[in-house]
Amino acid sequence: MGLRKLKEILGINLLRLTIFISILFLFLFIILIFAKGAKMLSFSFLTQPPKSGMTKGGIFPAIIGTLYLTIFSVLFAFPIGVLSSIYLVEYAKKNFLVTIIRTAIGTLAGVPSIIFGLFGLAIFVITFGFGVSILSGSLTLGIMILPVIIKASEEAIKAVPDSFREASYALGATKRQTIIKVVIPTAIPSILTGAIMSIGRAAGETAPILFTAATFYTRKLPTSIFDEVMALPYHIYALMTEGTAPEYQVPIAYGTSVVLLGLVLVISSVSIIIRFRMRRKKKW
Amino acid sequence: MVKNELKVEKLNLWFGEKQILKDVTFSIPDKKITAIIGPSGCGKTTLLRCFNRMNDMTDNVKIKGKIILDGCNIYEEKTNLSSLRMKVGMVFQRPNPFPKSIFENVAFGLRVKGFKDKTRLTEIVEKSLKDAWLWNEVKDRLNSSAMELSGGQQQRLCIARALATNPEVILFDEPTSALDPQATAKIEELSVELKNSVTVVQVTHNIGQAARISDYTAFLYLGELVEFGISEKLFTVPQDKRTEEYLGGKFG
Repeated sequence: MGLRKLKEILGINLLRLTIFISILFLFLFIILIFAKGAKMLSFSFLTQPPKSGMTKGGIFPAIIGTLYLTIFSVLFAFPIGVLSSIYLVEYAKKNFLVTIIRTAIGTLAGVPSIIFGLFGLAIFVITFGFGVSILSGSLTLGIMILPVIIKASEEAIKAVPDSFREASYALGATKRQTIIKVVIPTAIPSILTGAIMSIGRAAGETAPILFTAATFYTRKLPTSIFDEVMALPYHIYALMTEGTAPEYQVPIAYGTSVVLLGLVLVISSVSIIIRFRMRRKKKW
Repeated sequence: MVKNELKVEKLNLWFGEKQILKDVTFSIPDKKITAIIGPSGCGKTTLLRCFNRMNDMTDNVKIKGKIILDGCNIYEEKTNLSSLRMKVGMVFQRPNPFPKSIFENVAFGLRVKGFKDKTRLTEIVEKSLKDAWLWNEVKDRLNSSAMELSGGQQQRLCIARALATNPEVILFDEPTSALDPQATAKIEELSVELKNSVTVVQVTHNIGQAARISDYTAFLYLGELVEFGISEKLFTVPQDKRTEEYLGGKFG
């Protein structure tokens, strides 16, 4: 009896320890990044281009570049991803071809991001002739986040109870009407969750834009989607690997990290608020 | 002479290799309540779902035979499923309102038909809710979510939703199995009221409920229609031994 009790206590404390370790690293991570980067933050850091060989000035072009890349990649991947998942859940029969499609999507999700970068370089930059540009980078990022969006939307659409579909059919609705009027409105909050996750990923990845969109340094802001841009993750990478004056540049890299984290947080918060509003309206 | 609303002729149904309904033939009288009873797995829900062709969506289903509604076989190819399902409404085992407002739930059937007239739509929603005895409870909050209603209210909302398309027949698939006794009593009373305007076909596990509210009863056993007749007769002097045994609780 005493032994069983002891095992119980040991077990539960082991679980507590594991959760403590996870949280510990999260806190250490946040503290470290903020301790090293927060002091860099200022109005001019956010609104000025880099100066004096990137040892001074701000990161404004990189912020704008990352915003563009993120927004365009989601604009590209979101509709395709959601429509694909509708097809997979509502229309696809269980046959060999569909099994292959599903496996392909799963595999796509596991491909290392640098491979996406090479692919983007070969296809968009060179073959399609888009050059190193926002367009090439966004399409590359878009393909990378596509499986995330498809998977999340698939789960969301599958979670819509069949009783809703039946009720809709029983009222004379067609399949198309059922999907548009019942399934999608019910699933949309969870679909948006998938989109939020993918926004974080698109904003933070370096490898896919390395050869397709990002440039080491530019003072001017992009004027078209065929311009190359600075981007926050690449800026960090460049400062840390190619910098000539680390004593000035490393702090800037940490400052950039804080901004990147903050940016992802802001984008996520906006989406979360939209989702929350929708849910409240639906009371579902 | 009773007028018949639905005629079932030699209806056979298979799911894959398994035959669920065997040569079912009977007629459902107009503006009456017809109960379909029988032990679990006897095919009663499947039979009910034949009347609005909801079985069509199941994979590997094969149906032979006829169901005549308004002089036409609903299993003919030219049948428009949307129109059929507007004529033959359905209420399910568990209340399944859409996660939309009360108003939009009731308006759904008309909206998918492209019904645009706002005033008329409001009138129909109001009338349907009144006919389903829900109006007084929801008239001040038509725009709040149907998910806030209690189970019994949700089920009456589903009835209102089915009534809004002005059906000739309403199919009830054990509509009270998920409800408490009070809500059940209310739905039972409501179905009795409904038969003034529509034909009601109700599947039920609950023999007491069938005896209380139905005018006619069909007893289904292993996919066969064993007995069909006026409820009072079927429950007091069943003709078939199997009916007698089932009603006596020998199996079920």
